Amino acid sequence: MLRYVLRRLLTAIPTLFVIVTISFFLMRAAPGGPFNQEKGLNPVIKANLERVFHLDQPLWKQYLLYLNNLIHGDFGPSYNLPDFTVAELFADSLPISIQLGGSALVLALLLGGILGIIAALHQNKPADYAVIATATAGSTVPTFVIAPLFQLFFALTLKWFPVGGWGDGALVNKVGPVLTLMLPQLAIVARLMRGSMIESLRSHHIRTARALGLSDYSVVIRHALRGALLPIISYAGPAAAALLTGSIIVETIFSIPGVGRYFVEGALNRDYTLVMGTVVVIAVFTIVFNLIVDILYAVVDPRVRYD
Amino acid sequence: MVFQFKIRSWLAGCSMLAMTATGAFAEVVYNRGNSADPESLDPHKTSTTYEANILRDLFMGLMVQDAKAEVQPGAAESYTVSADGKTWTFKLREGALWSDGQPVTADDFVFSWRRLVDPATASEYAYMLAPVVNAEDITAGKMKPDQLAVKAIGPGTFEVTLKAPTPYFLEMLTHQATYPVSKASIDKLGADFVKPGNLVSNGAFVLKEFVPNDHIKLARNDKFYDAANVRIDTVNFIPTEDRSTAVKRFEAGEIDSNDDLPTEQLADLRAKFGDQIRIGPYLGTYYYAFKTDKKPWDNVKLRAAVSQAIDRDYLAEKVWQNTMIPAYSFVPPGIAGYGMRTTDYAGKSQLDREDEARKVLAELGYGPDKPLKMEIRFNTSENHKNTAVAIQEQLKPLGIDVTLVNTDTKTHYGLLEQRGDFDIARAGWIADYKDPENFLALCKTGTGNNYALYSNKDYDDLMAKAAAAATPGDRMKALSDAEAIGVARDHCVVPLLYYSYHNLVSNKLRGWEDNVMDVHPTRFLSKE
Repeated sequence: MLRYVLRRLLTAIPTLFVIVTISFFLMRAAPGGPFNQEKGLNPVIKANLERVFHLDQPLWKQYLLYLNNLIHGDFGPSYNLPDFTVAELFADSLPISIQLGGSALVLALLLGGILGIIAALHQNKPADYAVIATATAGSTVPTFVIAPLFQLFFALTLKWFPVGGWGDGALVNKVGPVLTLMLPQLAIVARLMRGSMIESLRSHHIRTARALGLSDYSVVIRHALRGALLPIISYAGPAAAALLTGSIIVETIFSIPGVGRYFVEGALNRDYTLVMGTVVVIAVFTIVFNLIVDILYAVVDPRVRYD
Repeated sequence: MVFQFKIRSWLAGCSMLAMTATGAFAEVVYNRGNSADPESLDPHKTSTTYEANILRDLFMGLMVQDAKAEVQPGAAESYTVSADGKTWTFKLREGALWSDGQPVTADDFVFSWRRLVDPATASEYAYMLAPVVNAEDITAGKMKPDQLAVKAIGPGTFEVTLKAPTPYFLEMLTHQATYPVSKASIDKLGADFVKPGNLVSNGAFVLKEFVPNDHIKLARNDKFYDAANVRIDTVNFIPTEDRSTAVKRFEAGEIDSNDDLPTEQLADLRAKFGDQIRIGPYLGTYYYAFKTDKKPWDNVKLRAAVSQAIDRDYLAEKVWQNTMIPAYSFVPPGIAGYGMRTTDYAGKSQLDREDEARKVLAELGYGPDKPLKMEIRFNTSENHKNTAVAIQEQLKPLGIDVTLVNTDTKTHYGLLEQRGDFDIARAGWIADYKDPENFLALCKTGTGNNYALYSNKDYDDLMAKAAAAATPGDRMKALSDAEAIGVARDHCVVPLLYYSYHNLVSNKLRGWEDNVMDVHPTRFLSKE
């Protein structure tokens, strides 16, 4: 197993290299640059700026420079926020997105899982229909509708929570963003869990377990759930990578200083280093969580072996 | 019990919201919504109005703007100008201190201004010192920063030599690019001098915290010369990118003011907030530019015809909900001493304008068999799109076949700057300082922001004449004459709308004076 993990981590290096390379040149292929703006700069000043950020060098040189810095752990300065390096921006914002996304993910898995099991056990009964209806609503109402509704009802009318802001990480400030991030995930997890649980409950080994007279609890939790978890695990891996790296919609609406907005803002501002930084972060998260998924497979399903 | 504990830990952990919510502290906290975070808190690396709002509280230039945006002595107590109008001598405020307790000296200004024009600083606003002898050559790398014509005559006297008399020089000195930074601090800390805990400033407030996309906390500066009259103890600048959220946060009392609002909801907002909505003319113009070196747009008559067929009243009223004002000149109203020169159709009814436009189009041979094709380019924004769509509809009955091209901001301005191909494109200009020259320079031959590539010798001569004028009156006259040729006659730009500010200002805030620069230094405000 350890050898497998090491091998996977080693193959991640060329993957990252390819991602960085493609992103670097794609970003540069976009028209305009970091210093094009409504108040255009005089050419002398623009040339000075480009020199300071090495944008006056040939592209291949910039690429080598970027790779060299990256290997040394240096993501470079942000062009549009020159008071900060990209690493400093991430150091502030990534923990915030991880907290929010992580909480949303854990809640979605727990609650969605429970709802899915309940629905599966009561297939085609009122409880099942209730879960399915909720799940369908949860996955179809977009976050940019849920978030303002939350603000209107819970913040402005009931005054239970602030409208927005991070408030140095106070619990009340996290409720809205976490709920908004969680709902669509919860809906998906509940539906996945329902489907796979129904399938699992129909399988031969469950029939055998029941025939042996095991208790309902034992059948469902110890035997059926294990088999039903596989699709959830495959889904949770990429979902975790996406959730932990933030969401621009939720962060913008709730005024949360997370990392999600940097991806979009960076791209729109042609803040090359910031975009590259977010690409690397998202790529690393995706690679790591896919690896975790594969390891969990082996843990959950005895048929999977990596030795 | 659990809930109580959580509430308590929240109060302990959360600084600004908790303070305002509980009123547990006697300090006055002003939560100030600001549409975007600053790019930088280094005065020499900034360019946007969002930074200006913060830096104005942190620093003090030689001159400052008061609550009404009038120019007043700032770090300089007084000044004298030589007879030829070129040498300015500023006497610095006696006993003025940096926030670290060190005296603010003329050497700090010499250091700061050299730093601003130094190509290594790569300041976007280096041109704020362009009137100073050698400044432009230094920025272009042709001379050394120490050749800038500024000097310290003793610790309290700062002398500047200009290339020519510059009537708006004092206005420029209120701009954040000309603020001083502490030489001692930069020598010691280098680029890290801007970080919270490091930043030494000479204004009414000092920097306490900067969490990007969350808040910037400033506290009253006890070393400030007028600290006794500063009524706000803490200002939190809160970026409010999402305007709808900003309104809700304002309603919930989480922010006391905001510099923008969702204009499409204006009627509802007025009903809800009454006089807490502040709207008024702002020194900026929303315009379109024809590519004047390309056929058929090189034809002045055609440009004028298309321009007058655009119904600006409709744009202002329906598209912008009266948060913009119909414009018939490039230089907006509100600059004392300047005689506005509007296009000749400004006084006519829209029907007459359309008739005139039809006539010209027919004269030029355009008609059902040969429709005039025009592509409008604009940068992404709901309102820019709505404006372009309205214009498309307005021009259709005249047989003008308008197509729209929407690109993101960087692509849009990248194309304009690289002199790419287009028919007509959207742009806007907000004044850096209160002077017509700041607008009209955009139509001079070869200027970077002259997207229309307009070039006219008479216009350039009048601009040169204004620059060399002996009296302010002569100067304004020459500028006004230039606008009559370049804008009103030749349409080097097609002015559409004058900007207006739209602020949300809580009734609890006192001392907020509406003004065309939309400048509201916190030191003149108080909160109940």
